[in-house]
Amino acid sequence: MATTLFDKVWDSHVVRHVEDGPDVFFIDRHFIHEVTSPVAFLGLESRGNSVLYPERTFATADHNTPTINQHLPVEDALSANQLDALERNAKKHGISHWGLGDVNNGIVHVVGPENGITLPGATIVCGDSHTSTHGAFGAIAFGIGTSEVEMVLSTQCIMQSKPKAMRINVNGKLGLGVTPKDVALYIISKQTTSGATGFFVEYAGDVFEDMTMEGRMTVCNLSIEMGARGGMIAPDEKTFEYIKGRSQTPKGADWDKAMEYWKTLKTDEGAQFDVEFNYDAADIEPMITYGTNPGMGMGVTNSIPTAESVKGGVETYRKSLGYMDFHEGDSMIGKKIDFVFLGSCTNGRIEDFRAFCSVVKGRKKADHVTAWLVPGSHKVVDQIKEEGLDKIITEAGFVLREPGCSACLAMNDDKIPAGKLSVSTSNRNFEGRQGPGSRTLLASPLVAAASAVEGVVTDPRTLLV
Amino acid sequence: MAYDKFEVLTSTAYPLPIENVDTDQIIPARFLKATERKDFDINFFRDWRFNADGTPKADFPLNKEIYAGSKILVGGRNFGSGSSREHAAWSVYDFGLRCVISSEFADIFKNNCLNVGVLPVQVSAEFADKLFAAIEADPKTEIKVDLPSQTVTLVATGESESFDINLYKKDNMLNGFDDIDYLKNIEGEITEFAANRPF
Repeated sequence: MATTLFDKVWDSHVVRHVEDGPDVFFIDRHFIHEVTSPVAFLGLESRGNSVLYPERTFATADHNTPTINQHLPVEDALSANQLDALERNAKKHGISHWGLGDVNNGIVHVVGPENGITLPGATIVCGDSHTSTHGAFGAIAFGIGTSEVEMVLSTQCIMQSKPKAMRINVNGKLGLGVTPKDVALYIISKQTTSGATGFFVEYAGDVFEDMTMEGRMTVCNLSIEMGARGGMIAPDEKTFEYIKGRSQTPKGADWDKAMEYWKTLKTDEGAQFDVEFNYDAADIEPMITYGTNPGMGMGVTNSIPTAESVKGGVETYRKSLGYMDFHEGDSMIGKKIDFVFLGSCTNGRIEDFRAFCSVVKGRKKADHVTAWLVPGSHKVVDQIKEEGLDKIITEAGFVLREPGCSACLAMNDDKIPAGKLSVSTSNRNFEGRQGPGSRTLLASPLVAAASAVEGVVTDPRTLLV
Repeated sequence: MAYDKFEVLTSTAYPLPIENVDTDQIIPARFLKATERKDFDINFFRDWRFNADGTPKADFPLNKEIYAGSKILVGGRNFGSGSSREHAAWSVYDFGLRCVISSEFADIFKNNCLNVGVLPVQVSAEFADKLFAAIEADPKTEIKVDLPSQTVTLVATGESESFDINLYKKDNMLNGFDDIDYLKNIEGEITEFAANRPF
């Protein structure tokens, strides 16, 4: 029978199906970080359980970590406490741990693939919704809660009902200045923030086939923003090329055996999805959001839609625009901005820094703009330096910071002040997401760079030609 | 995580008829720095409940005396979207709520609720509207959530709707069990499965 990629990976991980209930679902790789794991370890210990497969668990510190002076003790006592707890728990239970200062440290969804922990056909979970990122490799990867973190630590399984399957096809050629981030924001704007609730998404079509692994990670990362449990893309030669030789990937005969399996990981001709959508690459522009959820996005040159023209509650829509201090019919181009954030598990990889630099090279940062450029990992920092991007950044008046989640969720000191407007390459524009009262416009690294240079929301295409 | 059994709950309810309430609103990220699970009620809907100076916002439903002590929250469509933080479900529970009713929930939030003893009840958009209207007409409106019969009822009028929950999760809620109890019981089956994984 013709089956989907999703079915193949899911079904091969079902230990047992519970009558009128969820599946007992086996997890190959488990990432933990300092924020959502301490209570799970307390639960584990209070029940007298141990970690069943410590070698399948990987710990990194990212959410709380400062992005300057990482060689000094962490000043925020509560953050330091969580970081200590992660290190202590990892050591006690035999889990590998990349704390602050470790060469492998960085954002969990950046360092996982970098180290070859993320593999095709694997199941991957983490107490973080953007675990969907790892679906770019043809893995089933999704975010879980802390109770489930405890479950995976103590049993390597979770109880999970199988989601429905959706396929999103995007075909054609992307235009100038249109990046994977724009493709994702475009899809979310069509689907709304709940359009894929209850589904797992496969992305297919030549746009994703042509995309780099890093671009695919950006797209899968944002799957959660339309309500999907996760998104995935069938592995291909590009995928195998990316993972080959990384520290944790299978080697020698194990590699050959794995390759044999990985090559079967694609949706069969004629396999049925519960629902399918088709989009045309030519319709996608550089995108920007204007509201307080990632579904409230549009082409950067468009005007904010009226409440009546969008689906959903009119009152909720107006409340959102009220928070942003925007009005129906406003153009986004030319709006004065205060902050720019380049980074996060969505856009903190080397290609994002290359894109940013392609715009700012030979130009200067606008004086009134504060910009935080935060690489996703130390390996990204090293690449930035090797490629000389750090010089472009410095000459344009920017400063490169140290890795971490930073102003994506503002758990550390990198907070956008109340009322200030930020162009952010991260994944969420919720009320107060980047700090209480902060206002966020989600966009690609190109839009962020163009806006940082001009000091107002800018269409990057005007600077690329 | 141990929690009290859930069978039948009759209570007044807090109305929150706003769509797409994300977990960053339910509990903002800056309050996720604890290493223990306690007192998450204090920062429940922090920025919607309190002004910057810490004084309560009088017109926010969770602050209105008339609803005080309710054990049910009726939320707008797509409740609990965004971040996977279980702290959001903890804050619901710690605030004294045992049930959230909405016409649609985000998946991870729904799972988290079920794992910590909060029953997510998904009703039709029409029934959700009926609940909001009834609460608006009379803030002391009582709602009965009956897990064994899987029904939610407006006590005054008897108007009722059934809701879905799979039998496994229902049994857990009725008995105060959780998934770890179940999984530890089949550990042999799990380790046998793991031994055959290719990587």
